[in-house]
Amino acid sequence: MSDVKTIFGSLQSFHKGGVEVIDDDPRNYVFSNVFDVAAKAKAFERIAVGKNFEYVVECVRAEGTSPWYTCAHDEFALVLDGKVEIRLFKPDRALLAPDRSGAVALTERPTGRAMGRILAGRGHLALLPKNALYQFHAEAPSVMTIQTIQGPLTIERWAEICQTA
Amino acid sequence: MSAKPAITASEPDNYYGYRSFHIGGFAFRRDEYFVHVAWPKGNHTLSAEVFLRALQRDVAWNFFYGTVNFDGVFGTLNHYGTVDMFAGRFNDAYVKAGLDYSETFAAGPLMASFKTILDDWTNRGYDPFAAPEETARPYGRKNGENRAAIERLRVTAERMVGLPGDTPRRSDTNGYPVNRHFADVPQDEPEIHPEPGFEGEVSAFSLFAYLSRSDVTWNPSVCSVVKESLYCPTSEEFILPVEHGNDRVEWFMQLSDEIIWEVKHKDTGAPRARVVMKAGDICAMPADIRHQGFSAKRSMLLVWENNSAQIPDLIASGKAPVVPVRF
Repeated sequence: MSDVKTIFGSLQSFHKGGVEVIDDDPRNYVFSNVFDVAAKAKAFERIAVGKNFEYVVECVRAEGTSPWYTCAHDEFALVLDGKVEIRLFKPDRALLAPDRSGAVALTERPTGRAMGRILAGRGHLALLPKNALYQFHAEAPSVMTIQTIQGPLTIERWAEICQTA
Repeated sequence: MSAKPAITASEPDNYYGYRSFHIGGFAFRRDEYFVHVAWPKGNHTLSAEVFLRALQRDVAWNFFYGTVNFDGVFGTLNHYGTVDMFAGRFNDAYVKAGLDYSETFAAGPLMASFKTILDDWTNRGYDPFAAPEETARPYGRKNGENRAAIERLRVTAERMVGLPGDTPRRSDTNGYPVNRHFADVPQDEPEIHPEPGFEGEVSAFSLFAYLSRSDVTWNPSVCSVVKESLYCPTSEEFILPVEHGNDRVEWFMQLSDEIIWEVKHKDTGAPRARVVMKAGDICAMPADIRHQGFSAKRSMLLVWENNSAQIPDLIASGKAPVVPVRF
C-alpha cells in the first residue's frame, strides 16, 4: 500500500497559492483558482479564467441541468470536481456559420438525432464536437473548465476573481 | 547565419571517453562531472546533469517557444526555421561586460548536432527525462548509451487523445505503468454511451489517469486542440531543467499538488516574482519573463499554449501586449 498522497482540489476543499511579488505587478499573472471562481458562480455561467488572444479557458459550476449549447468548432470539457453527464445531440443541419467563435445557448432543441452521453468524473476530459448540441447535467455542484474560443456566453470578471495586490 | 558545418566531433578522449564538439564558434567538452562551453569571448561550466537535462528538453521540444536558457548564461532562441545559440545574451552582467555572444543556425542541422552531443554524452542507465529518484546518475566516464530514453517522441494529439487514429491512451499493456508518486490516483475512465453511428464522436478519457502514467517529467504534450489553442499537460517532479523565456503568453493550470515558480526578467535575469501554485490555481506567465518551476512531489500541470505563428512578431513589435489581460 503506497503512502503517497496526491492532492486535488474541490469545491469543498481547496487552498490557493499566489504571487509573491519581488519587482512586479501581481495583476500581470492573472492569478485565480477555478474552485474559488466556481464557488462564487451561478450555475453554468461560463467565466473566463484564462485568455490568450481569442482563445479562452472557461470555468463552469455545473449544478442541475444546463441549456443546450452548440459551437462551430470543437471544445473540450475537463471535470475537476464532482460528476457531470454530457448529453450530445446531432442537429439535422449545422446551426452556426463555420467561422463563428464560441458557444451559443439555444432556447429549444432543434430536430436531429441523439449522439449519446458521457458520464464524466474528476480528471475526465470530454470532446464537445463541433456543430453538435450538448447539455450538461450534474446532480450535485461540480466544477469543470472548457477549452474554447471567446464567444457571447464568455463572462470576463478578472478584477473580481484575480489577485490584485 | 553561420555557413560553417553544423558540427565537428573529435575522437573520444583517451581518459574520459567522450567526444568534444564544435558548432560554429561554440566548443563543447565534457568530463566526469561537468560540461564546458567555450565561445570567442568566454568560457562557461555547467554540471553534466544540468546540461543534459536541458539539452534533452531542447531536443524533444524542437527548440520550443522562444528562449530555452540551460542556465543563466547558455541557451537557444527559436525563430522557427533558424535558431540562435547564445552565451551571456540574456545575462545583464555579460552584456554590460561585452562578453555575450550569439550565432544563428538553420534549425535542422543544429538539431542534428544537439542529438549527436546528447547521444554521446548520455551514459547507459541515465535518463535525462526522468526525475532524479528514478534514474542513474549522469556522472563518470563514458559508459555506453541510452538511445531508448533520449529518442522518445513528444506526444502531439491532432484532436484529442483516445480518438480513433489519434494518440492512444496510456496503459500497463502499452508500456506506461502508474508512476510511484501517483499510485493513489484513481484509474477509472468516463462512461461512454454512444448511439449507433457516433462511436467515434462521443469520446472522453481520464486525463488524470493518463498523466499518472507519464514516464517523463517537464515534457508538455498536446492532448486536445481547438484550432491554435493547445492543451499540453505534463507531469512535473524536481526542477524544470531550463529557464523558459517564452515569446508569447503561456498559461499554467495546476491540476494536482504544488509547483513553485521563480520568475525573472526575460532579458536581464533580474528576479520579478515567486508564484506558488496549488491544485486549481491558474495563472499566466507574461511574454517578457523567464520562469523555472520546482515540484517537490510529482504533480500534474496543464500548460496551455496559443500556437499561432503570428504572436512572436506581434509581441516583439509591441503590437500585442506582454500580458493577456488588463484589468
